[in-house]
Amino acid sequence: MVDAAIELSGIDKSFGTVHANRDISLKIPAGTIHGIVGENGAGKSTLMSILYGFYQADRGDIFVNGKHTVIETPSDAIARGIGMVHQHFMLVHNFTVLENIILGAEGEPLLKTSIAKARSELQRLEREYGLEVNPDAVIEDLPVGLQQRVEILKALYRGAEILILDEPTGVLTPAEADHLFRIFRQLKEEGKTVVLITHKLREIMAVTDNVSVMRQGEMVATRKTNETTVEELAELMVGRRVLLRVEKGVASPGPVVLSVKNLTVEDARGITMVDDVSFDVRAGEIIGIAGIAGNGQSELLETITGIRRAVSGSVSLDGVPIDLTGEADPADLRNRGMAHVPEDRHHMGLVLPFEENENAILGYHRHDRYRKGALLDIDAIRDDAREKIEKYDIRPANCRLKTANFSGGNQQKIVLSREMEQDPKVLVVGQPTRGVDVGAIEFIHRQLIEMRDRGKAVLLVSVELDEIRSLSDRILVMFAGRIVGERGPDAGEGELGLLMAGIEGKEAAE
Amino acid sequence: MSAPYAKLPAWADYGLIPFINLLAAFLVAGLVVLLIGENPLRAAAIIMDGALGYGQGVAYTLYYATSFIFTGLAVAVAFHCSLFNIGGEGQAYVGGLGVALACLAFDSILPWWLTFPIAIAGAALFGAAWAFIPAYLQARRGSHIVITTIMFNFIAASLMVYLLVNVLKPATSQTPQTRTFLEGGQLPKLNWLLEAVGLSVRSSPFNLSFLLALLAAFLVWVLIWRTRLGYEIRMRGHSARAARYAGVSETRIIIIAMLVSGALAGMMALNPVMGDQNRLQIDFVTGAGFVGIAVALMGRSHPAGIVPAAILFGILYQGGAELAFEMPGISRDMIVIIQGLVILFAGALEHMFRPRLQTLFAAIRRHPAGAEVRQGGA
Repeated sequence: MVDAAIELSGIDKSFGTVHANRDISLKIPAGTIHGIVGENGAGKSTLMSILYGFYQADRGDIFVNGKHTVIETPSDAIARGIGMVHQHFMLVHNFTVLENIILGAEGEPLLKTSIAKARSELQRLEREYGLEVNPDAVIEDLPVGLQQRVEILKALYRGAEILILDEPTGVLTPAEADHLFRIFRQLKEEGKTVVLITHKLREIMAVTDNVSVMRQGEMVATRKTNETTVEELAELMVGRRVLLRVEKGVASPGPVVLSVKNLTVEDARGITMVDDVSFDVRAGEIIGIAGIAGNGQSELLETITGIRRAVSGSVSLDGVPIDLTGEADPADLRNRGMAHVPEDRHHMGLVLPFEENENAILGYHRHDRYRKGALLDIDAIRDDAREKIEKYDIRPANCRLKTANFSGGNQQKIVLSREMEQDPKVLVVGQPTRGVDVGAIEFIHRQLIEMRDRGKAVLLVSVELDEIRSLSDRILVMFAGRIVGERGPDAGEGELGLLMAGIEGKEAAE
Repeated sequence: MSAPYAKLPAWADYGLIPFINLLAAFLVAGLVVLLIGENPLRAAAIIMDGALGYGQGVAYTLYYATSFIFTGLAVAVAFHCSLFNIGGEGQAYVGGLGVALACLAFDSILPWWLTFPIAIAGAALFGAAWAFIPAYLQARRGSHIVITTIMFNFIAASLMVYLLVNVLKPATSQTPQTRTFLEGGQLPKLNWLLEAVGLSVRSSPFNLSFLLALLAAFLVWVLIWRTRLGYEIRMRGHSARAARYAGVSETRIIIIAMLVSGALAGMMALNPVMGDQNRLQIDFVTGAGFVGIAVALMGRSHPAGIVPAAILFGILYQGGAELAFEMPGISRDMIVIIQGLVILFAGALEHMFRPRLQTLFAAIRRHPAGAEVRQGGA
């Protein structure tokens, strides 16, 4: 008998300059629950998208039930019994459950008969797996937990033997998550294979048989779940790479420059993303906010810099309060000395179709020194850009080149040079080295330390624990929208990893 | 995805691709002519000869082109803010009201060169005002600008009929139009300009507003690429998130871009109303607002492309009129078909030939190492 439901061998995939999957090999035994963990950007979702036919691997082979298989489209995957439940549900909101389930699998032009068939099949599935849901309910009336159940039913209805779930508990309450895990066990008993992608180690320990760890596009380890520990997994996830230790002296913190008090932020759906967060950043120190992506860091950054509205709480800059619940204006904050290197440089920090020099003034384009009468002072703008290109060694050294044609590291240098050269009081930095090549990382780190030594307050948010540890003078750990702990720069990786996974603090209290 | 695409050189991007698209449009149009049973080559010759073959033809071609430059610029400015202003037709129509009011009020007391700036202001103001409501609805309420501007074309048409029939028509007249403007409300013709290059022009509608159109094209270039406002318009056009990050108010920039767009569309009215007919007539815009969309698409929203594209459409309009006259089997609608095909190939199918051309260029140029240009980024 074949014992591997899925076998991947030598899978390799790059997107432009980003090497998302490097030579990945993985065996998932049939009839087991297999966890895949890794930080955001480790390549988990890419790998599963390759398996499901969204992307094609540049190299490597896929075997399903021991048979070499080429999966070019999701329908190929479905035909081979692979079903996927995405992090963001793919349901038609104004269709009923039944209509969603047969969508794309109607079978015949008239709906009436296929609906009747689907209804009886659905009832069988519901009975078998305890997946109760009213087939005639309209999707948008259902809570997310039930919507997810519909996604699972969709996959099963199409005959999935292997079910991949991408971060399935991200939107669930703990009770809903527990129910989901019961469904997993039920599926396993029926001989199905479940692949669970997550960064929550607690879930891995609770429900999986085996677990594979990915880091920076590589598969670093596979363990039997009952033979490993959360600590070991956290360590594998974060990595024991040689630290890019930056030479830095002891910080000499001055007065408080940026003060955040009881800040609460909700997203568009009304879910609390930042929950009663308070902290101070002093002149001449770097505060690092560690945490696994999606725990409210992005929202925190965007709120402090005036891009997003807060529900309550206050922020003051140099003792002057900023009204973040009202019409805070990023341009106004910039004038008051707040520089911001955003997490998303492609859509926020830069306008990719712009020439490099046009991006070098983004947000500062109203300054008088870029103005000549009613017009922009093109010469001043380009001279300015050339100066920064030289100082920050941005390559290619051509300020007329379209920004999209620079590599990730050089794009990031464009943003950094723009924000740092304005001589701000506070520098707020999100994921400064995401998608940045190693050479540029060191440069960027040195620049951040230099900012600190020049007496600037630096707030650094990063999902790279190494980065946080080597740069920060104080480390705050964020989990589920809250600051769950503060540690010094010499805090152990394991200790921080546990905090990041929510194991101490709020979670431990349960 | 990983196909070896090369970045196209500028001349191919801005010259070759529009040319190929145009060629494809003409080829298909030729097939239609063939289907009707006429000789497409002869038809093409008639069009070219009718539009450029003699002084009068050239004058008419440039007269039409003048209107298209204004409406093309109007669409382009909105495009740069990633707004699709389909309301040029209505904005130009209402702009005509501004021109007419200025001329009716001042033609008896001021010389034309003093009425002209007032009429320009009136045209721009009325056109902008007509664009304001859709702009406000888009910026504040999220109502889609394509829908609202289309609807405003119909509202403009009804409004103007009402005004012409009930308010502006002289009591003694039977036709729904204003009285004819006096000398002080008439723009001088530019026939002398053509005569200076050796063409003979007896009478034509070609007038001073052509020069205003060229000036407007230059000013639009300055606005978009040399001013802070243009920079913010382009920023919002490319990335709403980056604009938010940079502290550019989306509401403000959408409304301003639409006001500029509406003002340019409104200024189109100067050409027929003050430059040619010297009165405000029903339906004087005759589709120029829509042609502006094709012109902006073909000209890739750049004034340097819009002017030639407008002249091309001027040729089609003037030549098409001659064609309908020479070949009774072909009606003026043929020009509408060609226009539609140009929009189809230059706009909707703009990228149809691009990938093939890119692979072709990649194959031709075996890049020397180091000169490689990275595509896209991650």
